[in-house]
Amino acid sequence: MPALTLEQVEHIAELAKLALTDEEKARFREQLSAILDYAARLQAVDTDDIPPTANVLPVDTVLREDVSRPAMPRDDILANSPASEQGMFRVDVILEEE
Amino acid sequence: MAGSLTDLTITEAAALLEQGTITSVELVQAHLDRIAALDGRIGAYLTVTAGQALDAAHAADERRRQGETDPLLGIPIAYKDVLCTRGIETTCGSRILKGYRPPYDATAVERLARRGAVILGKTNMDEFAMGSSTENSAYQITRNPWDLERVPGGSSGGSAAAVAARMAPLALGTDTGGSIRQPAALCGVVGLKPSYGRVSRYGLVAFASSLDQIGPFTRTVEDAALALGVMAGHDPLDSTSAPLPVPDYTAALTGDVQGVKIGVPDEYFIEGIEPAVAEAVQAAVDLLAGMGASVQRVSLPHTDLALPVYYLVAPAEASANLARFDGVRYGPRVEGGEMWETYRQTRGAGFGPEVKRRIMLGTYALSAGYYDAYYLKAQKVRTLIRQDFERAFAEVDVIACPVSPTTAFRIGERMDDPLQMYLSDVFTLAVNLAGICGVSLPCGFDERGLPVGLQIIGPAFGEERILRVGYAYQQVTDWHTHAPALG
Repeated sequence: MPALTLEQVEHIAELAKLALTDEEKARFREQLSAILDYAARLQAVDTDDIPPTANVLPVDTVLREDVSRPAMPRDDILANSPASEQGMFRVDVILEEE
Repeated sequence: MAGSLTDLTITEAAALLEQGTITSVELVQAHLDRIAALDGRIGAYLTVTAGQALDAAHAADERRRQGETDPLLGIPIAYKDVLCTRGIETTCGSRILKGYRPPYDATAVERLARRGAVILGKTNMDEFAMGSSTENSAYQITRNPWDLERVPGGSSGGSAAAVAARMAPLALGTDTGGSIRQPAALCGVVGLKPSYGRVSRYGLVAFASSLDQIGPFTRTVEDAALALGVMAGHDPLDSTSAPLPVPDYTAALTGDVQGVKIGVPDEYFIEGIEPAVAEAVQAAVDLLAGMGASVQRVSLPHTDLALPVYYLVAPAEASANLARFDGVRYGPRVEGGEMWETYRQTRGAGFGPEVKRRIMLGTYALSAGYYDAYYLKAQKVRTLIRQDFERAFAEVDVIACPVSPTTAFRIGERMDDPLQMYLSDVFTLAVNLAGICGVSLPCGFDERGLPVGLQIIGPAFGEERILRVGYAYQQVTDWHTHAPALG
């Protein structure tokens, strides 16, 4: 019995904005369930009073002098875009007019 | 001479360049010729930049004529295709970045180029560095130069195979859970994973930002020390690059291990490890003991938890990092008619199965209701794994163990079973989770003639120690001089 339901798989895919075929959904349901089942062994570890490690370095907010410097050439950046016009990325409509 | 130019290590080639016995143009041309002759069978390179390489070689020769003497000046190098190279296609082995030409160089690339290293091309990899066999590339598989029916390891399999097959004396890879050390072991070359923060990650397309590091593949530890010294050091463009001075790594290569305390962890000699691997590693430890190192057992009790921790932490970070691939700024776009559908279709078509699997896993581990049970729990156990190493390094200078439980496995053998594939990295993952450093170097062959790797692990910013031990080992062994028979 897989740990994940098909509905959960579809929910995760929607959160990740991934179009999946029915075959992919079924396969990921099985494989992710097996991996999560394997990961369940972590639950047995006593981690009371153990702080989480998000990063191994003692990273504080790093600041730099606020001085202007040359940016990358706009055209070099736009050259990689699948769609651009008038010096801008072209995207689908985000806000419809009322 | 043409044949033997590709057998030269960086150090050997630099000496000949310095003497004027060879030119960079000859050296680079010899490597381009070998790539042209062999790479159809190996598949190490995704892109070969022949014209640019020869131009850079001419420039390097000219700089030498002007009196420059840098050991990297005119040395050919290959870069894993996850490292941004200005104007040169950088795909990360993914369809979703097909055609992407970065407008900038990664800091590591830029530092090597400034010293005069000559780019030969970009090497194949598992898509977005997710994999242990290089079979997850969207473009091609790479074959192990020691046995063309076997994988080179991964994810930096192209770089490892290029150095093993003498198609580059130096290649860069990246290591998030073993992606330099494991392919180095499977291909019989040296692979160094520096401490987290040692080398700038600027221009490395991110997989798991708290784990990723860039490091070199070479044939000798001496060459690895040289390359690390060029790449290492603080970079204002990477806030996680450590503001620490860079030692002279070459000066650490004393050739002796007198008084070095080597720990051997019981937990790394488990059931399932191939006897030939365990025997070769044990023989290497015995040899180091005979050279004056003191060997003792150490315990890393949370070793068996590194795999489940890694496969929650790394996919969680990846799911966030890979959100940027949406078909707007780079890569092919699949029009869906409206914004969200364009994202879904672009990402569904652009990512391969392993990348989708990890995005799904990471998204789940970070999602409401599961965050504490999976992601936060994994981060806490990550602390226990770090503490294991801190305790061990209070007793010993370095840790010696296998790199991978097996030698190179057959193409296709593990593709249907992700968990089995993930187990290839069971001895390398903990080093990334702890942020420490490790080097893989050849220490023997199994009964099929496949290379076995020895892993030397050091504490954070303890690269001098592991390089010293590895160098001393290579002074009294010749495993690293063996070359695969490729004609």
